[in-house]
Amino acid sequence: MIVGAGGAGLRAAIEAAGEVNTAVISKLYPTRSHTGAAQGGMCAALANVEEDSPEWHVFDTVKGGDYLVDQPAAEIMCREAIDAVYELEHWGLPFDRTPDGKLDQRRFGGHTRNHGEAPVRRAVYAADRTGHMILQTLYQQCIKRDVRFFNEFYVLDLIMQDGACAGVVAYELATGEIHVFKAKAVLFATGGFGRIFKISSNAHALTGDGPAVCLRRGVPLEDMEFFQFHPTGIYKMGILISEAVRGEGGILLNGEGERFMERYAPTVKDLAPRDLISRAIYQEIKEGRGVEGKDYIHLQVHHLPKEVIEEKLPDVTEFARIYLGVEPTRELVPIQPTAHYAMGGIPTDVDGQVVVGPDEAPVPGLYAAGECACVSVHGANRLGTNSLLDIVVFGRRGGRHMAEYAAGAEQRELPDHPERDTAELLRRFLEGTGGDNAADIRAELQEQMSDLAGIVRTEEGLRKLQDILNGLHERYERVVVQDKGKVFNTELVETVELRFLLDISDTLVAAALARDESRGGHWRDDHPLRDDEHWLRHSLAYREPDGSVRLEFKDVKLGEYVPMERKY
Amino acid sequence: MQLELRIKRFNPEAGTEPWWDEFTVEVEPNDRLLDALHEVKWHQDGTLALRRSCAHGICGSDAMLINGQNALACKVMAKDVEPRATIEPIRGLPVLKDLIVDMEPFFEGYKRMLPWLINDEQPPDDQERLQTPEDRHRYDDTTKCILCAACTTSCPIFWGDEEYVGPAAIVNAHRFIYDSRDQGAPERLKILADRTGVFRCRTTFNCTEACPRGIKVTKAIQDVKRSILFERY
Repeated sequence: MIVGAGGAGLRAAIEAAGEVNTAVISKLYPTRSHTGAAQGGMCAALANVEEDSPEWHVFDTVKGGDYLVDQPAAEIMCREAIDAVYELEHWGLPFDRTPDGKLDQRRFGGHTRNHGEAPVRRAVYAADRTGHMILQTLYQQCIKRDVRFFNEFYVLDLIMQDGACAGVVAYELATGEIHVFKAKAVLFATGGFGRIFKISSNAHALTGDGPAVCLRRGVPLEDMEFFQFHPTGIYKMGILISEAVRGEGGILLNGEGERFMERYAPTVKDLAPRDLISRAIYQEIKEGRGVEGKDYIHLQVHHLPKEVIEEKLPDVTEFARIYLGVEPTRELVPIQPTAHYAMGGIPTDVDGQVVVGPDEAPVPGLYAAGECACVSVHGANRLGTNSLLDIVVFGRRGGRHMAEYAAGAEQRELPDHPERDTAELLRRFLEGTGGDNAADIRAELQEQMSDLAGIVRTEEGLRKLQDILNGLHERYERVVVQDKGKVFNTELVETVELRFLLDISDTLVAAALARDESRGGHWRDDHPLRDDEHWLRHSLAYREPDGSVRLEFKDVKLGEYVPMERKY
Repeated sequence: MQLELRIKRFNPEAGTEPWWDEFTVEVEPNDRLLDALHEVKWHQDGTLALRRSCAHGICGSDAMLINGQNALACKVMAKDVEPRATIEPIRGLPVLKDLIVDMEPFFEGYKRMLPWLINDEQPPDDQERLQTPEDRHRYDDTTKCILCAACTTSCPIFWGDEEYVGPAAIVNAHRFIYDSRDQGAPERLKILADRTGVFRCRTTFNCTEACPRGIKVTKAIQDVKRSILFERY
């Protein structure tokens, strides 16, 4: 049973279908998943247009992740990247081509030649619709293989028996019925949870369902303090403008018209990793160099040839026109950092098996892949394009391992009434007498998380945020829905999603408070230095029965690359 | 600014007939119509049902009939429809609740096109199949489809004949027929030459106007018609 029909879930399904009885269950329709929103590309050291090697890709990934990356996992990802790209091409993915018919490659932030010398052309791409093409191609392959889909079924609980996975409980949107699915193996591929923040590039559906469901069943969440803010979100809306814009030569300007990244990252400038650029933008705005004193800066592309803008960046050009009324071939585009990607998630090994505790004990039959998982290949900050790579490489590995496991495993007995907790939860919202509104609580959560746990954090702010979260949990207990119906009660769905957002936020804040250093996407203003002596460790956040968060830590798996100062 | 929303409602649990509701919401000119619908759902009437996810025109969830024209609610700006937007579910598919329709018939039409790359030759090991930029460009337009159904449910032929595969299915067949790596064109053209296929199209161009991705849908359908007539692709 695969939960989630984005890139990781579909890739896992392709691997498992035909081997074992496989189904994909998703709260959305297939092809609605947010993989489709990924724009710029997918890195693999094919060396089609210039010299490159998987080793350099590993180095960039490790350095980009501020040395919190588990290096054996990054080596697997960067090595298998090449085969993963060819496989997608063989399945028909319409990548852009070089004049001699090979896959073309473009530059992307943090990807360099020979350990940081200069940007390298490593990302294969399909205009600025690479994620869309990956999602469509994987869905096409699922149809070809006749994979079974349960569309618009929302998984609300994980069934465990004797420490092993036995199935899931799901709510059918069309009928309001609760279904119990027995399964020998379950793989969560539910994507991210950017909706804990106010300005986010994430879809409304990205509410951390998989991680939150696992968390309630005793699985810890790893490295939750590391959240990536992408530098170029459309002002006030957070819609993503791809890094490919800068890969093709776009530049960032502050309110004074200065190309400020020359000061922060003299070598790679506007192609520095996202955490660095987002912090630089934050700093420029804080020091009064936002545009007209406001909280945004400018992205300039109009110095590029018109063909490049229209043909290589058509979607982002359209976004600027529609959502900002700006003509990017002549005008500057207002942008601000947007909450984009969770580096943390459900801890897994390199075969997608969920592992708990510092000694990484596998949970039989439980798997995770993609953004909801933490392998960890992205460490403290993910490089652009590595998420598309992550979903196909680890979706495939997870699907393969779960199929092998399920082929030889017995179905576990289900506990009595596995649906009881879910039914009780839903009944409370439908029949309760309180008076609070989920939308108001969610808006408050997003506002406060952005302010106090966003790009810059402090101990004082995080402690205040913990109190605020406690208050929001209390208010949540009194939420009642207006819609009492069974058919497409999307208000009920949104209300459950809010519980997941709240639980996820608890773990993020607790882990951010404990980590008194700055690394990658986690910046503590009161501890601005990286502290390798104490913090070359992953955090593991558990939810206790009383709702509090307990933390454990496990060492980073180092490898060839020893931590160095991170400069670009 | 204020925006009036007139929304066609339907709830099978409340009765067999649809009805109209009116709401007034406070929005910014640059808000999306989807934001206005959220304002209704979150603060006025929680029972309003619609599909949406990405909110920027790429997931294809929120196709609706907006002031008489199919569009994605997340790509229509409040300032472009003020002072009033009339919103109905897309037509030709069974309405399940409010703005939510049954998408299964739509996806069935899509699946009839054998929508995957057909090529029985073993691909080269550790290498891509080659394709020139010109060959790649030939089917570029139809790769943009997000399966939102805005085109198919704007087609008067589809409204009257549920057997017709509809524009979106043809767009997705087109994407493979003109891909130099694909060998399934004869099979797909045979399916599309059938009475439920391309020749039902009367070139009203509704589909092209409705497509939120700017795909030249009618042109794609004409390409396929010509390929069937002249056995060239």
